[in-house]
Amino acid sequence: MIYREAGQFKSSYASDQAVFPIRQDRIVVGLAVAAAVIAVPLVADEYWLQAVLIPFLIYSLAALGLNLLTGYAGQVSLGTGGFMAVGAYSAFKITSAFPRLSVLVAFLLAGLVTALVGLVFGLPSLRIKGFYLAVATLAAQFFLLWLFNKVAWFTDYASSGTITAPPRTVASVMVTGPAATAPVRYLTALAFVAVFAMIAKNLVRGRVGRSWMAIRDRDIAAEIIGVRPLRTKLLAFAISSFFCGVAGAEYVFLYLGSAETLAFDINVSFLVLFMVIIGGLGSILGSFLGAAFIVMVPIFLTNVPHLLGLAMPVALQKQIELMVFGGLIILFLIVEPHGLARLWQVSKEKLRLWPFPY
Amino acid sequence: MTLRRVMIALLAMLVIAGPAAGTVFAQAKEMFIPSLVYRTGPYAPSGTPFANGMWDYLTMLNERDGGVNGVKLIVEECETQYDTKQGVECYERLKGKSGGAMAFNPLSTGITYQLIPKASVDKIVVHSMGYGMTAASDGRWFPWVFTFPTTYWSQASSVIRYIGQQEGGLEKLKGKKIVHIYHNSPYGKEANPTLEELARLHGFELTLLAVDHPGQEQKATWLQVRRINPQWVYMSGWGVMNQVAVKEAAAINFPMDHFIGNWWSASEADVIPAGDGAKGYKGATFHAPGTNFKVHADIVKFVYDRGKNIGPKDKIGEALYNRGVVNAMYMTEAFRTAMAKYGNKPLTTEQVRWGYEHFNLTEARLDQVGLKGFTHPVKVTCEDHEGSGPVLIQQWDGKKWNVVSDWIQPMREVVRPKLEVAAVEEGKKLGYTMRDCSKEN
Amino acid sequence: MLELLYAVLVGPVKDMAGAPAFLAEVIIGGLAAGLMYSLVALGFVLIYKASGVFNFAQGVMVLFAALTLVGLMERGAPLALALLATMAVMGALAFAIERVVLRPLVNQEQIILFMATIGLNFFLEGFGELVWGSNVKRLDVGIPDSSFMVLGVQVNRLELTAAITAAVLVAVMAVFFQRTRIGRALRAVADDHEAALSIGIPLNTIWIVVWSAAGLVAIVAGIMWGAKSGVQFSLSLIALKALPVLILGGFTSVPGAIVGGLIIGVGEKIAEVYWGPLVGGAIENWFAYVLALAFLLVRPQGLFGERIIERV
Repeated sequence: MIYREAGQFKSSYASDQAVFPIRQDRIVVGLAVAAAVIAVPLVADEYWLQAVLIPFLIYSLAALGLNLLTGYAGQVSLGTGGFMAVGAYSAFKITSAFPRLSVLVAFLLAGLVTALVGLVFGLPSLRIKGFYLAVATLAAQFFLLWLFNKVAWFTDYASSGTITAPPRTVASVMVTGPAATAPVRYLTALAFVAVFAMIAKNLVRGRVGRSWMAIRDRDIAAEIIGVRPLRTKLLAFAISSFFCGVAGAEYVFLYLGSAETLAFDINVSFLVLFMVIIGGLGSILGSFLGAAFIVMVPIFLTNVPHLLGLAMPVALQKQIELMVFGGLIILFLIVEPHGLARLWQVSKEKLRLWPFPY
Repeated sequence: MTLRRVMIALLAMLVIAGPAAGTVFAQAKEMFIPSLVYRTGPYAPSGTPFANGMWDYLTMLNERDGGVNGVKLIVEECETQYDTKQGVECYERLKGKSGGAMAFNPLSTGITYQLIPKASVDKIVVHSMGYGMTAASDGRWFPWVFTFPTTYWSQASSVIRYIGQQEGGLEKLKGKKIVHIYHNSPYGKEANPTLEELARLHGFELTLLAVDHPGQEQKATWLQVRRINPQWVYMSGWGVMNQVAVKEAAAINFPMDHFIGNWWSASEADVIPAGDGAKGYKGATFHAPGTNFKVHADIVKFVYDRGKNIGPKDKIGEALYNRGVVNAMYMTEAFRTAMAKYGNKPLTTEQVRWGYEHFNLTEARLDQVGLKGFTHPVKVTCEDHEGSGPVLIQQWDGKKWNVVSDWIQPMREVVRPKLEVAAVEEGKKLGYTMRDCSKEN
Repeated sequence: MLELLYAVLVGPVKDMAGAPAFLAEVIIGGLAAGLMYSLVALGFVLIYKASGVFNFAQGVMVLFAALTLVGLMERGAPLALALLATMAVMGALAFAIERVVLRPLVNQEQIILFMATIGLNFFLEGFGELVWGSNVKRLDVGIPDSSFMVLGVQVNRLELTAAITAAVLVAVMAVFFQRTRIGRALRAVADDHEAALSIGIPLNTIWIVVWSAAGLVAIVAGIMWGAKSGVQFSLSLIALKALPVLILGGFTSVPGAIVGGLIIGVGEKIAEVYWGPLVGGAIENWFAYVLALAFLLVRPQGLFGERIIERV
């Protein structure tokens, strides 16, 4: 009853094509953004920001990128970790080569580099499909990490073999480096994610997104009606890698501070894929929901014994956490195989009628 | 559908309850020590004995002496699974808990790299004992990071010195072949520059063979070893790489007493799968194995007999268990050093740092602690957070580790200059400035 | 530039020709390693062939099987009894998986089922460690890990046993699929679920049989790999090494898993030993994937996989 569209009419094409056509939606989203920008930095303590929210935002960006590739264009990719590494290492090289360049621009340039790399590794997709492609992208994952390990130029010949985020300011506020405070880094990550989510939403609603979905659903039929598979698939790889590259750069610069290649290994690729599948393939909101699930559930499970006042040995706790996490995933899939986004959609449908039954 | 409703309710709970950790405030006369451990996951065979050693020593102090100089220690373990992300989460959750963490022992090179920049901002000591970033041993650039008693670079030079001793003198190394098998990660590569320099200085032929993570399939590496036919093999491995390497070496009939693993590659877990084939395998260490020390007797009496232990009794005295004990001992002795100056009360982290920086463990003190002959005396200074300590070589006889050498000094004249150069590099990257040690007390 | 070409193209070949006994050792080592990978890949193939599910949890099943076997042996059971008990446990696991995971998700898309096996993976990881503990366990099945010389080439006993076991296993599975009634039913289900259902083949029983068979293969793989590196958590990571074998051989082919394993094994080792030193070593991992990728570009369904027929 509250969520009805009755009484809201559109008087221009532009307002009809809005991303959030229903006024209630706009209010909720506006409130959520306001809360995220204003309330959270004021209320949340450093643990919340540093260990929960910042990784959530960064993983959402990576999940968004992978969702564009796997959910909308149908190309399963397990190379996300490798692409994030490319973003991180190129951001490192760019900031060390051009110290006066704004770190935000460095992130975008790193994304561009990753897009080029993604283009190259996306070429097999023209010949290989489905799970075979997924395993082929693993070649990208392993090769890229080997490259960063082997060639010392990428770490500026550091004896430690790791890359470190240099201290950089934006408008004289410290954004990266050890002195950057958690709220500033959180707001930077939030800004990036918000802008990229808007870009992604508009991409998928437009011609590009529709061509991706055509390729995903019936690629031969799509080719027949004029969607060029080469361009479409490569564009998907490029844009997805751009997102993942920026996410990777943020991963080191805004979250970890310092990283070695092991931080981008195959587990990261699998983690982001899980986020996309659990959140919902082919849904922008799904990327966020999936990232929230994967980031927050383990933390919640770790803290439950404290809340309940139980003192369990850490090993037992971790093992039970793993079992519960696996069990939850299976349970979720049984209840809603199309992911959390679908669950949300169904709830919205119900909300339109509530409290009436029909 | 009720299942669906249950799901939605669960989701709502997760979102609301979330990471609301319970807050426990330390009473007066208590200090909080977080213990980052990995008792599960791929590195659990190495992490579990270490965690047990640390827990047992600290609990023993609480039970026997009521803590350190009367100040009780609250120890809380946090499981990281050797994963950097979980390490960050543990750090953020525990750094301010119960009045503030006194010091962090990250137990993982990856997590150490995370914490080094944060250490000076949050002002908490990070003690990466024999691992982590070797360059951080220069205290002028990294006042909050400590790496004593020794580092990978010093260890590599000590091992070469030992090999020289076995061959009849460092001059005899000329023309000999030494292979370094290393884990393909920054940790594994740490020793390489030092080894290359020593190869130049002493004329031996060095071959570097990388083993990709996780190192479960090493056939190609050991085929190459067979082809090169070196006199000595040195290994910087980790996790399953160690077990497989020892097995492969035994399988190709390589003389095990010419195979030396570094101190993370020479523990019980690494030699068990190979069975008898591992007899003679050597490893480096900076403390003795075994239970012939008063501390161990006290641990049995005050911890195991009172049921306050986590691990099993028959695993006391294992190589990595003793490493946990020595880590805990260093930490509590640093507290004592600080308390000698600031008084027997709960310390602040600044005072703890002072204690670490003026750490001076003598033979006499070791005897008092109950660890006579267990480890070498260590002296830390403002410039030298490494202590540049010597190592021992231990050998596996099929049932236990036995020390087979004296304390072998590292080649400080080779290691220290490179360390100082690296420290400048790493320190500038983080925007630090060098301290002037002469201006401080 | 010319030196670069020489170093890459001619140098390693000369190296190979110059020491043929060593080359033979590398090839034999590669074949043996490849067969070990095939053992793991067989489990994947079995399940994919019969139920269309890519079982992400296969690696953890190998670990779980090995843990159960060693755990029982440590508690005093003799090898034969422990083996039987482990087979029973894997059968019970298959039953549980079919009931809890597969039945509610029948008819869902491949990627959903894949995700369910991921959940299963986490669950079994935690459960296995909970029950059997996390330290390294020695697996001794009476095969010594020593080598003997044949015509100047060193051959490893354990690897030889693994190779023979793999061959026997493949032969048994080939007979099973081609000659027995259940094998025929499995092939029918793999072809078309609904058609099989419509002629009365009990899908649930078939799935239990398939997952139990995969569990059996997991036990064998667990024994071989566990004997090599000790039974510990890292055993579940071998699944990653088996993936290139799968894509090269095709997801649905048993002989493909073997041939793919052999090709990947030999290719990997030769690349690492002869070309590896040029680029600093440790190229095995990604080389295997690149090799598989190269084959895929020529045959997108793998060497022996089912031809993908695309319809508009």
